[in-house]
Amino acid sequence: MRLKFIEEKIAKGFMIIASLAVFAFVVNIIYTIFRRGIPALNWAMISQIPAGGYYNGGGGGILNAIVGSLYIVLCSTILGLLISIPVVFYLNVYLKKDSRLAYIARLAFDVLFGIPSIVYGAFAFTIMIYLGMHTSLGGGILVITLLIIPIFIRSMDEVAQQLPKDLLDSTYALGATKLETIKVVLRQIAPGIATATLLSVGRAIGDAAGVMFTAGFTDSIPTSLNQPAATLPLSVFFQLSSPNADVQDRAYSAALILIFIVLVISILGRLITNYFSKHKI
Amino acid sequence: MKSYPYQNPSRATWAEDYSFLNNDINNDEGLAFNKSYLKVKDLNLYIHKAHILKNVNLEIPDKKVTCIIGPSGCGKSTLLKTFNRLIDDTEGIKYEGSILVDDTDIFDKKTEITDIRKKMGLLSQRPCPLPMSIYDNIAFGCKMHGERNRKKLNQIVEEQLKAVGLWEEVKNRLHAPASKLSIGQQQRLCLARGLAVEPEFILADEATSALDPISSKHIEELFVKLKQDYTIILVTHTLRQALRIADHVIFMYLGEVIEAGSADEIFNNPKQELTRKYLEGAFS
Amino acid sequence: MSSNSSYRILKNKIAGGLMFSITVFSVLLVVLIGLGLYLKSVPIFEHNSFWHLIKSSEWRPGNNQFGFLPFIAGTLWITLIAVILALPIALLSALFLTEFSKSYLKKWVFTALDILAGIPSVVYGVWGTLFIVPWISEKLAPHFVEYSTGYTVLAGGIVLGVMILPLLISLFVEIFSAVPREFRDASLSLGATKWQTSKHVILRKTFPGILAAVALALSRAFGETIAVLMVCGNLPLLPHSLFDSCYPLPALIANNYGEMLSVPLYESALMLAAFLLFIVVFIFNASSRAVIYRIERKFK
Repeated sequence: MRLKFIEEKIAKGFMIIASLAVFAFVVNIIYTIFRRGIPALNWAMISQIPAGGYYNGGGGGILNAIVGSLYIVLCSTILGLLISIPVVFYLNVYLKKDSRLAYIARLAFDVLFGIPSIVYGAFAFTIMIYLGMHTSLGGGILVITLLIIPIFIRSMDEVAQQLPKDLLDSTYALGATKLETIKVVLRQIAPGIATATLLSVGRAIGDAAGVMFTAGFTDSIPTSLNQPAATLPLSVFFQLSSPNADVQDRAYSAALILIFIVLVISILGRLITNYFSKHKI
Repeated sequence: MKSYPYQNPSRATWAEDYSFLNNDINNDEGLAFNKSYLKVKDLNLYIHKAHILKNVNLEIPDKKVTCIIGPSGCGKSTLLKTFNRLIDDTEGIKYEGSILVDDTDIFDKKTEITDIRKKMGLLSQRPCPLPMSIYDNIAFGCKMHGERNRKKLNQIVEEQLKAVGLWEEVKNRLHAPASKLSIGQQQRLCLARGLAVEPEFILADEATSALDPISSKHIEELFVKLKQDYTIILVTHTLRQALRIADHVIFMYLGEVIEAGSADEIFNNPKQELTRKYLEGAFS
Repeated sequence: MSSNSSYRILKNKIAGGLMFSITVFSVLLVVLIGLGLYLKSVPIFEHNSFWHLIKSSEWRPGNNQFGFLPFIAGTLWITLIAVILALPIALLSALFLTEFSKSYLKKWVFTALDILAGIPSVVYGVWGTLFIVPWISEKLAPHFVEYSTGYTVLAGGIVLGVMILPLLISLFVEIFSAVPREFRDASLSLGATKWQTSKHVILRKTFPGILAAVALALSRAFGETIAVLMVCGNLPLLPHSLFDSCYPLPALIANNYGEMLSVPLYESALMLAAFLLFIVVFIFNASSRAVIYRIERKFK
């Protein structure tokens, strides 16, 4: 009789330790990056592009990578939304619940969701060679868009599947066509869209393997879609591969900047999500 | 497009403003008032293999409150949702027979489903405001059907909110989210929203079952008031409600219409044994 | 019918067609990627049989020798370690979150998980090189082997394990929450403790779901590139212990794809690597999703 209570205590202890471990990892990662990243951090890093010999310890900063990453994230998020919202809408409003196409499509998006970004990158690069394209901002945007569409669709679809049937029925009862219910549906799943965007942006800005072959790397800020573009994760990676200790320190600062951007985006995203939830029934 | 042999009077008076809704209003007021414009002929409905509605033949009298009563699962709600073909989205649905609205078969391939639905305002069991402001809830349908004039929209919103007695309560917060209203207010808002697209029928599916007694009474009074202008079809679980407001009663059992007739007839002198038993509370 | 109405209906139809094509196209994308990678990797089969490629550990691209065994072994090792490390932590904390904890605690842990999920993989890599690698080389390895750089199978496994934690936990929480209240009540009212309930009811009921979630996490781990590449050492040799370097498939592609054009079959070999990843991920995802769908349906 006593045994089960002892077992309960022990089990609970382990669970608490496990949950604390999650915390510990977060704290440790952030602390490690901060401790090593702060010393080399300065204004020049985020306001200048790399000067000559930057990767051997020369002056300058990583503005090229920050801007490149933001370009890619912004464009692919917009493109991703434009493609995935219609798909989610189609799956949930136009198609019936037991539709075969919906089942296959959801499975396909699950598979796409799982495909590693390096495979996307390799695939896109092959196509780019085939089309005679060079590594470029456009290529990077393309790959990241491919990468985040399944994220968008999966997380929006999860919310859209909870769409109350009454809500659609009420809208149809007013004489709405399926297309016209989109205004209602969008408002209802707005928090879901915000969450999905948050997830996608986080994934898009942090992805290195996908843009490696497709966006290339450059020291200048791209002015057109045909020019190669630097990205923050790759910038961290390349600086870290340098044998020069000063440059390695800068890699830590760049990682810090990357974390900072991700955290800011996620906090902003949360605020926006709350705002969008106000009409939800 | 054919002309309506009948337009209800309130529509006729609004006809000028609402020309965007019906370009061809033909005001034949007073013609055949007691005629039925909703007729069900030999309707059979199956979901997968289950036979849900069996050989239903009905005429719904115009400008009256018709209550459909019967035990749960007898097909009342299904029948109601068939009237505006909301049932279409159900998996494995199949129907035979016809439903005539103004002599148009709603199952006809040429009939545009959105036109049918525009004629039928729906009030569901739980109030379901659209995820937008109070104002937009009512304006949504009108905008959709082509009204863009801000002034006219304002006017419609005010008119319909007054029609359901909600205007005084919400006139200072028209742009607040509709979800912030009480559940009784929400149901009235839904009614106003339905009225704003100018229907001819109001379909109510146990529209008061989720409401408190006072809100419920409010809605019932509205129905009685609105039957001057609209044909109201009400699915209800509560016999008392049917007793209070029905002009015409349809009793259904296991997918069949057992008896239909005036409220007086059904309640006081039911012809069928089943109806009598149900009214006595033998089963529910 | 007014012209407004027919215009609206037309618009509805056109939009429907358009959305249908986008949906179908995205479904085709899976086929397209698979087919593209396969066609690109065909040339290498003209010189080597598939089994030879898989079984051989000779990697000399200059001599047209492409043995994938070291890379496959590296990927499997790292993934295995990651799952072994992450699974108990994820299971216990997911149980804690759904069955035991108070809601304010939940909020904190979920915030931590969100942060963990949001950290870019390159940052995990940096963390690995700064923290895990020195720890292994200075603290842990000396107990077992004479010398280790720290850039090892183990380092890759640990970093990867931490990376898949948030995914695993959120999947588990989702699955556990899907178990209806009644099951718990039934068990608790028999006098079972919460832990007994978790053990005998929750875990047993959701066992297929747990497997599916693990499969999903595995497929995510297989494809992780940059973080693993930064801590694994990247030597194309078969690893013999946890303290040897290894060279996972994604890292192979990432490191060599740029300069492969000089060696004729190199590109094809790398495409084969990508194709292998694709196939593994495809199988894992498709099967685990099928299981999850079935579970969700069962409880609904």
